[in-house]
Amino acid sequence: MKKIFIYIGCVFATASVSAQETMSPAPAQKETIALTNATIHIGNGQVIENGTVIFSNGKITEVGAGIATGSAKLIDCKGKQIYPGLILPSSQLGLVEVPTVRATDDATEIGEMNPSIRSLVAYNTDSKVINTLRPNGILLANIVPAGGIISGSSSVVQLDAWNWEDAAYKADLGIHFRMPSLLTRRGGRGGFGNFGGQQQNVDPVKRGLEQIEAVKAFFREAKAYLAEPKHESTNLKFEAVRGLFEKKQKLFIHCNIVKEMLLAVDFAKEFGFDVVLVGAVDSWQIADILKQNNIAVILSQLHNLPTMIDDDIDQPFKTPYLLQKAGVLFALNDDDENSRSRNLPFNAGTASAYGLTKEQALSAITLNTANILGIADKTGSIEKGKDANIVVSEGDILDMKSNIVTQAFIQGRSIDLNNKQKQLAEKYEKKYGIK
Amino acid sequence: MQKLKNLLLLFAFSAGSFQVLEAQATFPVNDVANPKDGCYAFTNAIIFKTAKDTLKNATMVIRQGKVEAIGNNISIPKEAVVIDCNGKYIYPAFIDIYSDYGIASAAPAQAAGVGGGGFFRTQQITSNTKGAYGWNQSIKAETEACKIFSADDAKAKTLRDIGFGSVLTHQKDGIARGTGAFVTLANEPDNFVLIKDKASAHYSFSRGTSGQSYPSSMMGMIALLRQTYLDAQWYKSNPAAEGVNLSLKSWNDNQNLPQIFDANDKWNDLRADKIGDEFGVQYIIKGGGNEYQRIREMAETKASFILSLNYPAAMDVDDPNDLRFVGLDDLKHWELAPGNPAALEKAGINFCLTSADLTNPADFMANLRKAIEYGLTEQKALDALTKAPATLLGVYDKIGSLDAGKIANFIITSGPVFAEKTTLLQNWTQGIKNAVKDENWYDVKGSYNLVANTNTGVKAFTVDLKDAGVASFIGKDTLTGKYTYDGKLVKLSYTEGRGPGARETILSGAVAGNTWNGFGSDAQGNKFTWMATFDKKAEPKADSTRPKQPLVLGKVTYPFLSYGWEELPKQENILIKNGTVWTSEATGKLENTDVLVKNGKIAAIGKNLSDPTAKVIDATGKNVTPGIIDEHSHIASSSTNEGGQSVTSEVRIGDNLNPDDINIYRQLSGGVTTSHILHGSANTIGGQTQLIKLRWGMDDQELKFAGADPFIKFALGENVKRSSSTQGNPRFPDTRMGVEEVQMDAFQRASDYQKAMKAAEENNKKKGATPIVVRRDLELDALVEIMNKKRFITCHSYVQSEINETMKVAEKFGFTVNTFTHILEGYKVADKMKAHGSNASTFSDWWIYKMEVVDAIPYNAYIMNKVGLNVAINSDDAEMARRLNQEAAKSVKYGGMSEEDALKMVTINPAKMLHVDSKVGSIKVGKDADLVVWSDNPLSIYAKAEKTIVDGTIYFDRDKDAEMRKQNQAEKARIVQKLTTLKRTAAGGAGGGGNFQRARPRYEIVNTCSDHNHNTGLLTIDADDLDENN
Repeated sequence: MKKIFIYIGCVFATASVSAQETMSPAPAQKETIALTNATIHIGNGQVIENGTVIFSNGKITEVGAGIATGSAKLIDCKGKQIYPGLILPSSQLGLVEVPTVRATDDATEIGEMNPSIRSLVAYNTDSKVINTLRPNGILLANIVPAGGIISGSSSVVQLDAWNWEDAAYKADLGIHFRMPSLLTRRGGRGGFGNFGGQQQNVDPVKRGLEQIEAVKAFFREAKAYLAEPKHESTNLKFEAVRGLFEKKQKLFIHCNIVKEMLLAVDFAKEFGFDVVLVGAVDSWQIADILKQNNIAVILSQLHNLPTMIDDDIDQPFKTPYLLQKAGVLFALNDDDENSRSRNLPFNAGTASAYGLTKEQALSAITLNTANILGIADKTGSIEKGKDANIVVSEGDILDMKSNIVTQAFIQGRSIDLNNKQKQLAEKYEKKYGIK
Repeated sequence: MQKLKNLLLLFAFSAGSFQVLEAQATFPVNDVANPKDGCYAFTNAIIFKTAKDTLKNATMVIRQGKVEAIGNNISIPKEAVVIDCNGKYIYPAFIDIYSDYGIASAAPAQAAGVGGGGFFRTQQITSNTKGAYGWNQSIKAETEACKIFSADDAKAKTLRDIGFGSVLTHQKDGIARGTGAFVTLANEPDNFVLIKDKASAHYSFSRGTSGQSYPSSMMGMIALLRQTYLDAQWYKSNPAAEGVNLSLKSWNDNQNLPQIFDANDKWNDLRADKIGDEFGVQYIIKGGGNEYQRIREMAETKASFILSLNYPAAMDVDDPNDLRFVGLDDLKHWELAPGNPAALEKAGINFCLTSADLTNPADFMANLRKAIEYGLTEQKALDALTKAPATLLGVYDKIGSLDAGKIANFIITSGPVFAEKTTLLQNWTQGIKNAVKDENWYDVKGSYNLVANTNTGVKAFTVDLKDAGVASFIGKDTLTGKYTYDGKLVKLSYTEGRGPGARETILSGAVAGNTWNGFGSDAQGNKFTWMATFDKKAEPKADSTRPKQPLVLGKVTYPFLSYGWEELPKQENILIKNGTVWTSEATGKLENTDVLVKNGKIAAIGKNLSDPTAKVIDATGKNVTPGIIDEHSHIASSSTNEGGQSVTSEVRIGDNLNPDDINIYRQLSGGVTTSHILHGSANTIGGQTQLIKLRWGMDDQELKFAGADPFIKFALGENVKRSSSTQGNPRFPDTRMGVEEVQMDAFQRASDYQKAMKAAEENNKKKGATPIVVRRDLELDALVEIMNKKRFITCHSYVQSEINETMKVAEKFGFTVNTFTHILEGYKVADKMKAHGSNASTFSDWWIYKMEVVDAIPYNAYIMNKVGLNVAINSDDAEMARRLNQEAAKSVKYGGMSEEDALKMVTINPAKMLHVDSKVGSIKVGKDADLVVWSDNPLSIYAKAEKTIVDGTIYFDRDKDAEMRKQNQAEKARIVQKLTTLKRTAAGGAGGGGNFQRARPRYEIVNTCSDHNHNTGLLTIDADDLDENN
């Protein structure tokens, strides 16, 4: 009897090995690799037909058509499309696993002013979601905390790591300010109840303006504090925004309507910060002002309803085109819960259906994003000297029916494109004998 | 007798005390008995006996609170106090048929406001009403207004001052609100003002102070009313199973009264009327002011309406940032709302007017004049305030016109009652005068000879009293001055000199016939007496006001929203030429093929087709597919979840369709033509679903997919066990084990019910048998239909255990679960589902938004399809529904499904699982012409629907859409200009004029399954987050 139990135990153990849910990160690149005969989408608008990209020690050493491959290991990509690794510009990946299970939510800290909070230290490299993004071409993500008014700092991580220190691609690159809404609430019967946690009888616009003024006061005090050469007692909150004043960090302002965005511009002017708007659904209405003030924009998911019932039914789809036309630096996102972030390339596809060229749409999820996050020196395009963050797809990566990623490299490392979901599919394909 | 008259006069002018005409026989007298006759004669008046019957130079005699005689040659009784009404108008006083005058508002029952059917609150499962009443706290049929009524003269005065003399009053609380009482607004003891103790029965779509969770939705309220009608009928048989139920008893007692339903919105009006139709009741419907937006449907109800004159306030539009969020429909409604009564009149609909809902009752007349300016005839207006309500309430024999024998409730005005310059002078209730603006009874304007006996001698002036209190004192010089007159006392003043040297002389006095006597004080403080005698009336001045601008009004669109049609699109014969036709049939994808549409059906498919009657659409280089079918949608309904109980199979989505949902139009732009509107997932056995076609602009009934099999929503797992409730869950079940028990119990009860029904039927056929009455239970009726394969289930489901479990329960009771929807772990039990015979309707790639979907995989659709299930991709989401073709395309990526098979998952496959594949879902001759012309391969991210056709009618056309955008902008700009002009020139007044409010963003309430948070936009509100839905 005992033996039988042991035997059963072994069967289960074996099964669990073949259906392991966590992929091991790939080892460092050892040999030089050349991807040949591919259509290479550089990320900056250029396309090289029948091109080759060579990378060594994690860096791209050569890109072009008809270049010598030397001793590199050749991977024939005939008929395939090569793209820079896609970048998710604002995400709670690795901070939140199952949003309705409180214990798995590490995105929202208590308190309104938390500039010293750092997302990086809570980033869970073993989140099951991460491995489902990579097969769609997403190799990097900016991990953003969600709480309060000043939420803390975000960091860019690469999506193939043993732990958060390994994952860190650019740490603490920006401070996130969630501007209180200046949208008048719906009045009348019932009010909002618990909607948005707003207290009744408080004019949310007035309250919002007061809160925004409090944020300004915070930055004025921080500026004064930072001008002082020595402190008797250290203020961690002020210290946390030093990078903003030194232009080593950017201020990411999460806001949506014109009034809010105009006030955001004022932050850039008064404090000289590099400001990036996140969300910015109505940015198309003041694109010229944003351009004049060098304000970049990260648009939330395009796959959304128009803001107003009167709006053009395709307004969200064509907003990127309007920003492009005005010369605003912008990136696309899909931040509507982590599990859907893998649709980032298809948001770009929609932007292309509604005005952008395909290469412009690609830039909006690669090079533009890298520029906005301050990592364009390392990634965002397939150019010599940059990290070999590369995706190989059977077809157009922006279209779901042809986004079939066959290989992906992060810093030259060929990453495992398997995931829990593929394994579950295989398990049941076996059960039903259908493959 | 003369003495009595004097006494009477004295009393008549003393305010604040009762003026009892007749001592109440049973009441002891505390001072001295004071019997009175109250006989008055009103002479030389223009009298409107009714809106249609006018007497000039007529006399009316009243006595003992009643009209005694009225006419042109009436002999005036000697004992009558004669009131000369020369130049005055007399009308029947108005009747307000929708009031809660004298009724204290209901105290919220214990723990009210905590209940609700939403996801996050603790529920109140049972009624908190104490006593032998019914099970549901919002059915308050036992309430009797006459027993809780108490006259309130302060409130009565507010109503009298705007012309009302009597009201129908009731307690505005609950879905059934009991009876109303008809009372006058006289300042008299309650015993005298109560004219009819039970004059009406009242209903509404608001559960009021009831904190009980059920019903929490519009469809729940409708279901509750429907069941209560049946229960009350059954209760007549004195069923032992019920004991005493005073609510049902009252309900039955109230049925012979006029039935008044507070519906308060155009679609609710129709919903109420439909309930009435089912039970042979014609409600009088209290409207919401937007009836003009669906006037044909209103007329078809054949109901009488009660209309309030509460128009939306004008909005400030001085900030473009705020204006950005103001809805065109709100602007249009602001412009058109005053035309509501006129629209009903024009449509021949009977209606009454009420002062209810006005924030400031004093706005009543101004708002009524506005309605008249918008085309309401004065005759109809008067009728709607007098005869119409009296007739509806069956009290026209007592009140509502000025005829001998009727109650002496009338108003005296200075001119035609609705004219802007007319003043309401007196309002007589039950033969007792109430002064309103008595001071205006005499027109004091005119010339007077004034003599002042000052210490420096006699000064004489000619004094001209003009409009607006301006007086001219003409002596040696002409001095300007002022005057006021309150009906008895006069004050005058004039100024000598200018600037800092100006000196003022003040005079006051009393009126005595044609002469005024008084006392004055000059600038030096010298006192003097004065006297003025009337000389002549002021010359009537030519009307200096500019002629009114003719009204420029926008058009009503269908629906009343942006992108609504001024004229509904028509069915056409259409020839779609030379496209790539994806048939979703065995014929597959046909290149360079034509599709001919005739009379709403697909007439031919082939090459080089021609038809001279057809409009040609060139589809060269384009793709043509069947219209997309969404198996799981929550658009176009007013409520989605009735979560008040675990079993709510009696509620019906079809009872509360909302054709004014912009998402119908948006989804047409994504190629959707048919949507299955489901109940939410708040409970194990949810409500009956409704299949619709996206006929944008049609009404609630016209949206319905005719002849489709009825379905019902079931749900399992986290939602039905209320895992997200933040305050604990008192509602059974709290586990998946309990879910099975709810299913077992429900179907066991349904089985027993069916047997009992059959047994009763057989028994009752027998001659001489004592009839058995089984309570008809709509909840169980629906379950019996399921067991008899006349209604089909679509079951919200996620994890394999619950899927398996539900199939076993179904098998136990001999039916099949038609469809598992969501079914994200369907891939784990696909073989079992196939054996059972279920269809599967799923998402493409959603997962991990909650615990029960951590094992969801994007290969699910592909695996289930491969195992041989009929698989659909659904939206459950207003946003994703307009990209369903692309969601289907994800199975090409995840699993390598063929493009044609992928498209089938949003066309023929859902048609099959909805049992409508003989009509829709593929391009086949004879099927409904529900077609989409795409710019590109429909499975591509780059594809746009260019034209979407339903039943041969083009409901979406990208070119037309571009045109409509321009029209919307122009219309919005026009109304904004109007508002701006109004603001600039505003003189005040209600419903426009100076009554401006802050710009109000147009929020969109989105009904969802409440299953997953998909962010759908800045101005959307999840219906579950609203108090009124919880």
